[in-house]
Amino acid sequence: MKKIINLTIDDQKIAVDEGTTILEAARKSGIKIPTLCYHEDLCIAGNCRICVVEQENMRSLPAACATPVSEGMVINTNSTKVRNARKFLVELLLSEHNADCTACVKNRHCELQTLAEQNHIREHTFIDLKDDKNYTIDKLSPAIIIDYSKCIRCQRCVRTCEEIQAISALSAAYKGKDMKITTFFEKPINTVVCSTCGQCVAHCPTGALTEHFYIDEVWDAINDPDKHVVVQTAPSVRVALGEEFGLKPGTIVTGKMVAALRRLGFDEVEDTDFTADLTVIEEGNELLRRLKAKLADKDESVKLPMVTTCSPAWVKYCEHAFSDLLGHLSTCKSPMSMFGALSKTYYAEKFKLDPAKIVSVAIMPCIAKKFESNRPEMRASGYKDTDYVLTTRELAIMIKQAGIDFNTLKDSSFDSLMGVASGAGLIFGNSGGVMEAALRCAYMIVVGKDIPFEDLSITPLHGSEGEIVEMSVKFTGTKPEWSFLEGVTVNVAHANMLSNAYKIMEEIKNGTSKYHFVEIMSCPGGCIGGAGQPLPTNKAKRTARKEAIYSGEKLIEIRKSQDNPEIVNIYDDYLGKPLEEKAHKLLHVPGFTPRKRY
Amino acid sequence: MATNEILIKELADQYGRERTSLLSILHGVADKNNFLTEEDLTVIAKELHLSGAQVFGTATFYSFLNVVPRGKYVIRVCKTISCDMKNKDEIVREIENMLKIKAGETTEDKKFTLLFTNCMGWCDKGPSMLINEIPFSDLTREKVHGIIKQYSDIED
Repeated sequence: MKKIINLTIDDQKIAVDEGTTILEAARKSGIKIPTLCYHEDLCIAGNCRICVVEQENMRSLPAACATPVSEGMVINTNSTKVRNARKFLVELLLSEHNADCTACVKNRHCELQTLAEQNHIREHTFIDLKDDKNYTIDKLSPAIIIDYSKCIRCQRCVRTCEEIQAISALSAAYKGKDMKITTFFEKPINTVVCSTCGQCVAHCPTGALTEHFYIDEVWDAINDPDKHVVVQTAPSVRVALGEEFGLKPGTIVTGKMVAALRRLGFDEVEDTDFTADLTVIEEGNELLRRLKAKLADKDESVKLPMVTTCSPAWVKYCEHAFSDLLGHLSTCKSPMSMFGALSKTYYAEKFKLDPAKIVSVAIMPCIAKKFESNRPEMRASGYKDTDYVLTTRELAIMIKQAGIDFNTLKDSSFDSLMGVASGAGLIFGNSGGVMEAALRCAYMIVVGKDIPFEDLSITPLHGSEGEIVEMSVKFTGTKPEWSFLEGVTVNVAHANMLSNAYKIMEEIKNGTSKYHFVEIMSCPGGCIGGAGQPLPTNKAKRTARKEAIYSGEKLIEIRKSQDNPEIVNIYDDYLGKPLEEKAHKLLHVPGFTPRKRY
Repeated sequence: MATNEILIKELADQYGRERTSLLSILHGVADKNNFLTEEDLTVIAKELHLSGAQVFGTATFYSFLNVVPRGKYVIRVCKTISCDMKNKDEIVREIENMLKIKAGETTEDKKFTLLFTNCMGWCDKGPSMLINEIPFSDLTREKVHGIIKQYSDIED
């Protein structure tokens, strides 16, 4: 039992558990203390001091986020002293900040700008120092752009990279007025050990860290009468895009999203969920092939557990951190890259189009997908498979640019050929979804029956974010060709956030891993918490999106990837058998690229 | 292959491979070489299971650790107010003239680097300076001329 502490905040008597901070105590009582370097996903830093409050009988102003409550404490969050201090702090931050707000992508989404507004800042109290600072912009990465003139050194990115992803590509360097957030030896971010997950972008309060925008390139393609522009949308975009237009987190806007894409001028609107189904078939079969090779044929060169590769930041991280374990990675491309390759082969053939004139665009919840699409491996079609990747936010910008009133759009549905998906494809958006979809598929192949869960919903896999979720599946009543799996228990696990991936991979490295199949997603909660999703990011929003995916799946009749008629068609008409020739060439990577660890 | 790899491994054996050993190891390398190279920091990161950026962040935080090449003798003239009032500018000018470098630079023969430092607590005996770890105080133009001459005459 925790000790209860009694205190007073703004004349309200409050009782909270010992160890609660002043900020948490205030929030519980409906008192809002503004913050900046504080983020609920991250540890306390207490460096911006925006949350200062006045404590009775104390001369200095403590930071509410970093000060635990104590018995009898009397706090005032709204004294003249506090208001003046807060304003002063914002003014100091602005004196070093490139506050060219109208030309900033974070305009109206910037936490510093909001604080400037709330604190009624109407003049430049301090000398503008930004011209003396020699600020630079690093725009060499296809994924992440760093504009140092907008950095306020709150270190949210530093904490994100260390705590969520266990990478620490960014760190505070130098000191005092010269302190800056930077990489190893201030190198461009695309040359250092960085997964390009973009969670730093998602946690940045200002416009210092942003994605690399490709909006203009996509407009150019749409406006070029010579080009046929096909667009795909990832599962988790449809449960988040609405937030950009004032809808509640978790609102499913699939129909409006498709309608908007048509209005923007895309020639064909298809669904990444379709290639998610394809990934399930390929990956499920790859898993079974590996299990057979290892368990039945005793082939020791085959690596288990097999680890999923849908998350591009995870793949790049693995290439850096575990370059000797790349044999564990499934060779399946991500659904996006499968779609890219098929858009310039299968799709081009079916619609009698010149693949050179097809521009393939992907709307993704993800920043690392921008890196993935630029990989040399992703050119199986003979062209760049996916030409441009836009984040959910970039799509929202385009919709706003075009003057489309999103909320009044009439629902539209995806085009055919690569636009039908099963529920298994949709749940890819959640951490654990790939695993669930693959188990449904593999169980059917091996046993010839549905996996025994009500509604095919494998709820033990619906774990909460940041956890390593484990499960065991026992195969009984196997078909004759899979008899080696009779009575075998297959251990699976899934995890999100690369700090968890590290733990799983260390076990594999040490030979202590008991798993056969592992799914890893880089971002908190999986793709629904991707770095390309509407901001700000927080657990409540991610949970709402996650629930929307699971409830959205319930509305889809087809629940297994192999039951998707368009999937049946593509194998019959074009690909042949899973893992074989054409499927192998277009849907699998030839290998991975070991990268430097340090 | 980093030239200091063996040294770094020895230092890590001596001080341990916890993050708290980082500063001691950085000092150990800097003592031998006057500055830390990219390779040095990479090897240290590897030994201590830290990221390169974290090691770089720590190394750049401390003024007496350098991540850019420095001369064999690093001269640090106190720039704080007491020494400034006692004509530290004249001392700096004399050094600059003798070595043909400006503050912040290193001589072409990599023998000297001229830098500033914050207060060393020699305010009563200003102007003062350090050459590597040796302090010199009550400096005059003539005195500093003699000191620099002495160091210049040391054969490598």
